[in-house]
Amino acid sequence: MKFGIVVFPGSNCDHDCYYAVKDVLQQPAEFIWHGESRPKSVDAYILPGGFSYGDYLRTGAVARFSPAMDAVRAHAAQGKPVIGICNGFQILLEAGLLPGAMLRNQNLHFICKYVNLRTDSLKTPFTQKITAGKVLRVPIAHGEGNYHCDAATLKRLQRENRIVFRYCTPGGQLTPEANPNGSVAGIAGICSERGNVLGMMPHPERAMEPCMGSVDGRELFSSLLSGALARRG
Amino acid sequence: MKKTGSGSQTTQRSKRPRTTSPFDKIPRGHARLTPCEGDPVEITPAIVKQHGFTPQEYQNILRIMGRTPSYTELGIFSVMWSEHCSYKNSRPVLKLYPTKGKNVLQGPGENAGVMDIGEGRAICFKVESHNHPSAIEPYQGAATGVGGILRDVFTMGARPVACLDSLRFGKLSHNKVRHLFTGVVSGIAGYGNCIGVPTVGGEVQFDDCYKDNCLVNVMAVGFLKHEELALGRASGVGNRVIYIGSTTGRDGIHGATFASEELSSEAEERKSAVQVADPFMEKLLLEATLELIRGKHLIGIQDMGAAGLTCSTSEMAARGGVGIEVELDKVPQRETGMLPYEIMLSESQERMLLVAKRGHEPAVHKILKKWGLHSADIGFVTNDHLVRIRHHGNVVAEMPVGALADTKFPGYPTYHRPAKRPKYLDKVQTIPAKALKADIEQDAALLKLLASPNLCSKRYVWEQYDHMVRTNTVQLPGAGAAVLRIKHTKKAVAVSLDCNGRFVYLDPPSGGKIAVAEAARNVAVTGAKPLGMTNCLNFGNPMDPEIFWQFKSAVKGMAEACKTLGLPVTGGNVSFYNESPEGAVDPTPVVGVVGLLQDEKKLVTPWFKRAGDVVLVLGNTLAEMGGSSWLYELKGVKAGKPPVINLKREAALQTTLVQAADQQLMSSAQDCSEGGLGVALAEATFLAKTHGGNLMGAELNVTSKLTTTELLFSESQSRVIVSVNPKHLPVFKALCRKHGVPCHEVGRVGGSTLAVFQNGRPVLELPVGKLYAAWKGGLKHYVHG
Repeated sequence: MKFGIVVFPGSNCDHDCYYAVKDVLQQPAEFIWHGESRPKSVDAYILPGGFSYGDYLRTGAVARFSPAMDAVRAHAAQGKPVIGICNGFQILLEAGLLPGAMLRNQNLHFICKYVNLRTDSLKTPFTQKITAGKVLRVPIAHGEGNYHCDAATLKRLQRENRIVFRYCTPGGQLTPEANPNGSVAGIAGICSERGNVLGMMPHPERAMEPCMGSVDGRELFSSLLSGALARRG
Repeated sequence: MKKTGSGSQTTQRSKRPRTTSPFDKIPRGHARLTPCEGDPVEITPAIVKQHGFTPQEYQNILRIMGRTPSYTELGIFSVMWSEHCSYKNSRPVLKLYPTKGKNVLQGPGENAGVMDIGEGRAICFKVESHNHPSAIEPYQGAATGVGGILRDVFTMGARPVACLDSLRFGKLSHNKVRHLFTGVVSGIAGYGNCIGVPTVGGEVQFDDCYKDNCLVNVMAVGFLKHEELALGRASGVGNRVIYIGSTTGRDGIHGATFASEELSSEAEERKSAVQVADPFMEKLLLEATLELIRGKHLIGIQDMGAAGLTCSTSEMAARGGVGIEVELDKVPQRETGMLPYEIMLSESQERMLLVAKRGHEPAVHKILKKWGLHSADIGFVTNDHLVRIRHHGNVVAEMPVGALADTKFPGYPTYHRPAKRPKYLDKVQTIPAKALKADIEQDAALLKLLASPNLCSKRYVWEQYDHMVRTNTVQLPGAGAAVLRIKHTKKAVAVSLDCNGRFVYLDPPSGGKIAVAEAARNVAVTGAKPLGMTNCLNFGNPMDPEIFWQFKSAVKGMAEACKTLGLPVTGGNVSFYNESPEGAVDPTPVVGVVGLLQDEKKLVTPWFKRAGDVVLVLGNTLAEMGGSSWLYELKGVKAGKPPVINLKREAALQTTLVQAADQQLMSSAQDCSEGGLGVALAEATFLAKTHGGNLMGAELNVTSKLTTTELLFSESQSRVIVSVNPKHLPVFKALCRKHGVPCHEVGRVGGSTLAVFQNGRPVLELPVGKLYAAWKGGLKHYVHG
């Protein structure tokens, strides 16, 4: 499965994503410069974390105008997978590919730490191989990850089973203490109506090898890869 | 090649009668310069004084120039001859350091040091201070400190992979200190997180001597391959000198000079000497610079940090033994009507100067355009050994390169300052008998120490830093040294940034030795072999003989430690004038040590892991309470003689640790320093919890004639607590014997309490959960009340 990692000016998890898919998972991968609008022959797009355009106006607000986003939109419209991680999630929100917006973390600080995630939707291409009820240990690193949407949108996300990841305790409970940033309903990741566009604040690419302290991030990528194999088979 | 004015000058001079004065051989340019509009008409004694020159220094300038300098030239001399750029007061002392070693690829004198780590790879590192800017404008001061040290590393061709910070403030009960502390931490987070370099370690200390003059020392580490090494030198007459990065504004003018004077009540007015940080711009500059270097387009490159364009042109020319001519009209400017003086002295951030290979100029501009950055041909390399600055076509400054950047040049300032043993030492080296009274229960003492601002968890700080980006951090913050794996190899690098300022204050020579030994020990306990050292020397005003004595003696001690421990010094930074109206800070020579772990899988962590493992204390515990945390945190006393350190024993201990790690004999190894055996043992029981593991108690019985307080809280040097699987015990003990390292078997890991017996008598018993809770409370409660 070929991954295209979009590099915006200020992306800083682009190399980490590349290393995760290319070196750890042994999948083909290429960097796609944000200025390139031509569609690429990739199977999945990753919008990596970082501070695109310094996040100076509003997180992700400028990056959504990058020419490469046209190709990402077209790819998503065909039902093919797109993952936005951290700043990538913020860009997906700004681009209108996912609903809602980000606020500053409730404590007003940047927070970098391991969190626990509960997978609430196992039907997406990114989660289909995750064991039901298994709590994933994956790091977060953001200053604006406090996901917000209006009540109607939240209802719809819940109804359509589009809340993919929620912050929880190591035992899988949803508690206010387990929610690091104040996100509504403890949301850590959501997907599009068709399930092929995933936005998440935690960094699965940072939890791929034992030396990093967790390999739970692999479960997300294995799900995606097994889906690709199934289609090919 | 462009003809320059100096050719004819050389001919003229050869006709003059020969004299022996070294000043006669100086290359000179025009005999008169066109004055710039806006500059003072005359260089008055008041202007000379304002620029910080001594009368002798100004006389030397006149002799070097052979004429009165222009206002721009005077400004250039003032920054290049400031302590910050010239090291005029510290250089003779710094010569004590060993700088050579088989792994040293680049020692002092370049933007950062570089050491070989095998397989064609190298590690680049340096530490620098940003104390004064942070004391005035904490967010921007700290942020630009991070930006500056990162540029020093990537200008060498290395990709920055980690930052560490050594921070010191007054006590958090002062409102102003909380403002400085929270501002500095946010500034470091704001810059590091945005540029995507993880902040992986360092230290945070609190003592009232740093109340008005906080210390903000930042260390950066980068990885590179040997062939990617780039240097800051110009060569090849006619080659283009290219300016890249951000525009030049009026910010930071005289920042280097500002750093070289004491903080006064008027310091607030110096806010304009503090620069404004733009980490996004620097991220682009970082990527563009590495693309330029790795594409082999450059001859040399240097960052524009302190003293901006002035420093980069003169240092690049000096290292290459050439001259440089620059036209200021071509410098990208943020504001209109800037004077040559302002352009040359601006310290606007995120700028670089480079010399391109002939024919590669279009490629350079293309890469800069891709990253959306300014690039401008602003001049060329000459062979006349002059820095020539033009503005609107007129020459506004023309100065011999050597006078600005060659320490051997006639008239270049070097001072051997008088040193006098400070009077306070005799007084403070005796501990008042009352303070030594053991009127605190050992359990309570340990809990109080663990919860004290200096020893408690610093999670409040490092959780605000992205410490994982780039996915190399295999040992997260909060556990001694930071450890970074090197992708596509088996290797990892351990880094520590550390200093016990209290020991240096109480006894500068021995405190200096301990500073180096502790930083290296932090690295060695991970199993990594300490390779090299960088340092940031924070002291008061060197004109005060007592302060200079502190400086000289501490460096002497450090140099001795470096020699015995086999640690070459590859660079660093001197920060004098750390004084406020209330006095000087404690002498604080912050030491950064990097070490190499051949196999990342053999990393040794500090926490207990397996019930049944044998606990051993390496090294001897003596009655050495001087300067201890016990005295300072519990009795409010900063007194006594620091522990005695035997450097040969320290070296043997570190060798043993590295070999034991390589043979995978140890389950854990924890350095024993501030807070003594008590705090080190407590940390070994709970640190696993911060890294996804579980609490693990221990039961120990120590045979000792010391008082219990001494046994638990003395800070004797060269001690490490290790836990060893019983099956490895004979081999481990034999290894210790071989190196002559004292090795005391004291008990076993297991259970949920930390229980210590002395000669069979119980002296400490606390549930591990309680120890963890005391420590974990951390700084948050001191900051937010």
